Amino acid sequence: MSTAATASAPVTSGRAPGTLALGIRRVRIELKTFFRDRNSAVWNFLLPVLLLVIFGAVFGNQHIGPNITFAQYFVAGMIASGVVYTSFQNLAIAIPMERDDGTLKRLQGLPMPKASYFIGKIGLVFVAYVAQVTLLVTIGVLFYHLHLPSDPLKWFTFLWASVLGLIACTLCGIAFSVVPKTGKGASAVVSPIVLVLQFTSGVFFVFSNLPSWMQVFASIFPLKWLTQAMRSVFLPDPAQALEVAGKWELPACAAVLAAWCVGGLVLSLVFFRWNKRGED
Amino acid sequence: MTTPATAPDSLVVPVPDGADLAVHVKGLVKHYGDTHAADGVDLDVVRGEVLALLGPNGAGKTTTTEVLEGYRHRDAGDVEVLGVDPGKGDRHWRTRLGIVLQTASDMSDLTVEEAVAHFAGYYPRPRDVDDVIDAVGLTEKRRTRGANLSGGQRRRLDVALGIIGGPELLFLDEPTTGFDPEARREFWELIRGLREGGTTILLTTHYLDEAEVLADRVAVIAHGRVIACDVPARLGGRDESLATVSWIEGEERRAERTREPTRLVLDLAERLGGEVPSLTIHQPSLEDVYLSLISDHNEEAR
Repeated sequence: MSTAATASAPVTSGRAPGTLALGIRRVRIELKTFFRDRNSAVWNFLLPVLLLVIFGAVFGNQHIGPNITFAQYFVAGMIASGVVYTSFQNLAIAIPMERDDGTLKRLQGLPMPKASYFIGKIGLVFVAYVAQVTLLVTIGVLFYHLHLPSDPLKWFTFLWASVLGLIACTLCGIAFSVVPKTGKGASAVVSPIVLVLQFTSGVFFVFSNLPSWMQVFASIFPLKWLTQAMRSVFLPDPAQALEVAGKWELPACAAVLAAWCVGGLVLSLVFFRWNKRGED
Repeated sequence: MTTPATAPDSLVVPVPDGADLAVHVKGLVKHYGDTHAADGVDLDVVRGEVLALLGPNGAGKTTTTEVLEGYRHRDAGDVEVLGVDPGKGDRHWRTRLGIVLQTASDMSDLTVEEAVAHFAGYYPRPRDVDDVIDAVGLTEKRRTRGANLSGGQRRRLDVALGIIGGPELLFLDEPTTGFDPEARREFWELIRGLREGGTTILLTTHYLDEAEVLADRVAVIAHGRVIACDVPARLGGRDESLATVSWIEGEERRAERTREPTRLVLDLAERLGGEVPSLTIHQPSLEDVYLSLISDHNEEAR
């Protein structure tokens, strides 16, 4: 076979790029696409900030405990929600759209290990989360008396809670991406679920004020434990009195989040699909 | 690779023994429940040729090509694409393929340049990004985002992404659907250029004129089988079909079907004393042959 006449192939090595190298390429393209897409910008960035401003303005100065305002409580909850927005909500909406618009099919036809696609998604989630959390914390500190902890142990809690939460919710988002029938309808399926979890997990209301059946329901899911861990980071320790158990229960938070990491992995391995239904 | 003997009256003309095959399909079966999307497809594509795969919607074109592209599993049959079973195709095999899918609306937020440069990165020896953008005629649109391209431009971007890896074999699934006539002609030039460069092309299309212009050989698929395969000029006995000569004589349009149109015209010229009024000679077009193949097949199937 002759070489393509119009091609001036720059001769590099004959080997295809590795899984990680392609994964990093994917991260770059995912970020570019994500931050250019107006929908994801609105849902993932403006909405949490908007909620923070509205709730902060209406209920912000209500004291829910000694020296603790609802605004502080709420910022911690919104940071935990940020995990869910940037991972679960983001992927459970974006992947069905990619399945519909041909992205996933195109990627399958490429000499790309499938793992690179997921590396790209994980990279996107982490960067989007860091951006989101920076924004929320900045607003919290500037306007709602959020105190950044000085204890390194608290930052360590922030780190593991964020990482475990992101891993669990990323995997769940990948698994859940098979539920919406179309890309267009995905946000209508996913957003209410996130909203219900926020209402029942102590984001919009003080968790200990919720009816106990609601507390039991929320305790099954990761967001309740994530908000609790974030409160332990951003609220002063006396605020433990507001918790149902009267303490932060960090080991339980870590255990439930870790369990959801394992569960999410199993669910995504079992349910994730590249093709639309009936196309394989 | 040998091709089994075919019945002499078959409309499927086999490729010569020992031909260098890019694609070899024998007895491909794929069913969904009771529906046989492919029901014994036999198809060979010779290296370096453009083969057009024609057939009504639902005949098995997409199923067949998607099995070849490694998207779908088959239920039975031997399939080799560039010497590899697509069901077991690895990354190296994929570097040798280019796939242009039927519908894609992805990458709406990336510019042409960004998309092509990004996809170049998946291949070990990609073609030059600027050359490829130029080859598909998008140089002026290189900084335009996918969402802002016209239908034809968008398809050309798809082709750019299909050829950026410098494929040996390119799949084009209905590439010119929705093109205006001028865009289609430009697109044909692009395909011709690729063929001249040595790329083997498997083209699925609904446009018979497109197949006529581009294809070295044409395969017609109906009810999950290849019912005819030949060069466009001979498909379905087209070269032996009767021509229709038509003219006006005595205020009346007359027509005659004949195997010897030249002789008839000479006779007419003599009889009518020179110029034959409103003379047309119509050889059956590829479309005529195709439609009669499909309708014959439908009757047999009943």
